Amino acid sequence: MKITNKTSSTNQTSKALRKVFSLPASMRDVAMHYCSGCGHGIIHRLICEVIDELEIREKTIGVAPVGCAVLAYDYWNFDTTEASHGRPPAVATGIKRILPERIVFTYQGDGDLAAIGTAEIIHTANRGENITVIFVNNAVYGMTGGQMAPTTILGQKTETTPWGRDAQRDGFPLKISEMLALLSGVVYVERTAVNNAKNVLLTKKAIKKAFLNQIENKGFSLVEILSPCPTYWRMSPVEAVKWIETEMVKYYPLGVIKG
Amino acid sequence: MMREKILMCGNEAIGEGAIQANCQFYAGYPITPQNELTAYMARRMYEEGRVFIQSESEISAINMVFGASLAGARAMTSSSSPGISLKQEGISYLVGCELPAVIVNIMRGGPGLGNIAPSQADYFQAVKGGGHGDYKTIVLAPSSVEEAFNLTRLSFDLADHYRNPVIILGDGLLGQMMEPLPQILNSKLKIQNYPKDWALTGCLGRKPRIIRSLLLGEGELERHNQKLQEKFKSISEKEVRFERLYLEDAEFVLIAYGTVSRICKAVVNNLRGKNKKIGLIRPITLWPFPEKIIRETAEKIEGILVVEMSAGQMLEDVKLAVEGKCPVYFCGRMGGGIPTEEEIYEKLSQMLI
Amino acid sequence: MAYIKIDKEKCKGCLLCMTNCPKGLIIQDEEINIKGVRAVSFKNNSECTGCAFCALMCPDVCIEVYK
Repeated sequence: MKITNKTSSTNQTSKALRKVFSLPASMRDVAMHYCSGCGHGIIHRLICEVIDELEIREKTIGVAPVGCAVLAYDYWNFDTTEASHGRPPAVATGIKRILPERIVFTYQGDGDLAAIGTAEIIHTANRGENITVIFVNNAVYGMTGGQMAPTTILGQKTETTPWGRDAQRDGFPLKISEMLALLSGVVYVERTAVNNAKNVLLTKKAIKKAFLNQIENKGFSLVEILSPCPTYWRMSPVEAVKWIETEMVKYYPLGVIKG
Repeated sequence: MMREKILMCGNEAIGEGAIQANCQFYAGYPITPQNELTAYMARRMYEEGRVFIQSESEISAINMVFGASLAGARAMTSSSSPGISLKQEGISYLVGCELPAVIVNIMRGGPGLGNIAPSQADYFQAVKGGGHGDYKTIVLAPSSVEEAFNLTRLSFDLADHYRNPVIILGDGLLGQMMEPLPQILNSKLKIQNYPKDWALTGCLGRKPRIIRSLLLGEGELERHNQKLQEKFKSISEKEVRFERLYLEDAEFVLIAYGTVSRICKAVVNNLRGKNKKIGLIRPITLWPFPEKIIRETAEKIEGILVVEMSAGQMLEDVKLAVEGKCPVYFCGRMGGGIPTEEEIYEKLSQMLI
Repeated sequence: MAYIKIDKEKCKGCLLCMTNCPKGLIIQDEEINIKGVRAVSFKNNSECTGCAFCALMCPDVCIEVYK
């Protein structure tokens, strides 16, 4: 909406200003345990904003992973469970098949989804389960102290690749979105990032579309979100979001990969 | 009413038991010797308009059951020994989250890939808990096709009543063998209704619920464990089941469960025909274990012979129950071997009875 | 024009708001908050357009925007 630029004095104009941004209703007003500058907090909020806007809070069931985001259920204001490591897609399958009218989504990190949970995510996607998967790719295991993840990029130093990830010894970073896009059961895959305001808005748009697909019974949707982990990238939050721009995006290009 | 009879294998009888218990969700993965169960559920669950999924692994199957159960549905998975090993983490989570579910193990020879012959060598895994943490699951051991059907129906009530997983412990022999099932099986039995006011169904009209087993608060997990132990105590007091034969005047008692108990029954009846005072105790619930009847009996008899298709696992629980009140002997076969009547007679004769 | 409110006690001092404000209206405090962290403050003047870039980037939902 265009703001007519009345000659406003330094304090506010006579018209009371409206609150345009605040805590979503689907989010609990509690301090989160995440490290300073961690992307999980942003992504949690975006999901809750989408759930508010789609008015599905009372129909939504979230499945939290094992990892930093295991405590997501303390921050979400809707029914939530927590699956064993790597198994949220299987748990979500069980829920969705029993409650097809409910909106079911999994929230998983790269260790949960791309390492121990690879079989579950591939087969859940391949069955075209009508669920939404939020895949947070921060290129390390955070909860356990910064080990290499399947998405750690080549040369990246971690607790378990102290001299940098080496392809011969540690294999190559896993491109989950491109891999899943090949499966017929998958209707929508997009990779976004939360490293700047523009990308945060694009991430929200992608999340909303992924939830809408589910509401419209279109099938399996996944949003991969590049997210900063300042603590285990050994950087400041500001450097971390820059590193996404300069390094991560080179290997994990942003954009719609399918649908 | 003329009771017609249907010929069914144990695996299918378990499947039909689940169907009649209103099981709404089944996930399974192929493994011999329980494949007939998965195939049966594939057909019957579709006919009943319920959910059947062949999962990508036994791990995925138990976690699908976890999801269906927390959504409020009666859910079951089945497998055999190696597959059940893969489900142990899931079972521990089900107990931690206080979720009902039925897990069927049609045991085969082990360890490792073993073979596909019948076995009872997963007793410890089922009864002592193959997963992590202090937990118990009710373990039911059928010895006939009809009992497999009845115990499966019962298992869903027990699971819902106690909000805890229940294990049906059969073996390859029971799963494969066919026996007549009385016509009653087609009668729609009354389904006990257990309100699931804890399930995750979307928080319309109520506060959001969380179902989880991670409890990091100070003393939180210990308090949760104490609550679980209370539950297990109450199960132990109320849910023990066993069959007893000729204990009134028995001087010597065989103890066996599942299909092995039928071989022992033949031995007992045969020796009773020769006026030998021999009896039998057949645990039906392997947990809670019928230790009271065993202890009381042990005080009055010369000795006990435990017969298993394993190296002797229930043997240890019998010894614990007997507390040295009488000698406890063992006769068993491993790796899929099935004890024969002759072997039992031979063992008994060594013990001069 | 527009302004923001910052919950200084929830702020973890990540400065993602500060570096994303197109007008440079957010600065880091000298003193520390209850978490022992140098939180941020809003230089309240007429330049704030209410774009909410700061709030979008805040991982801890510390910022409310009024427009």
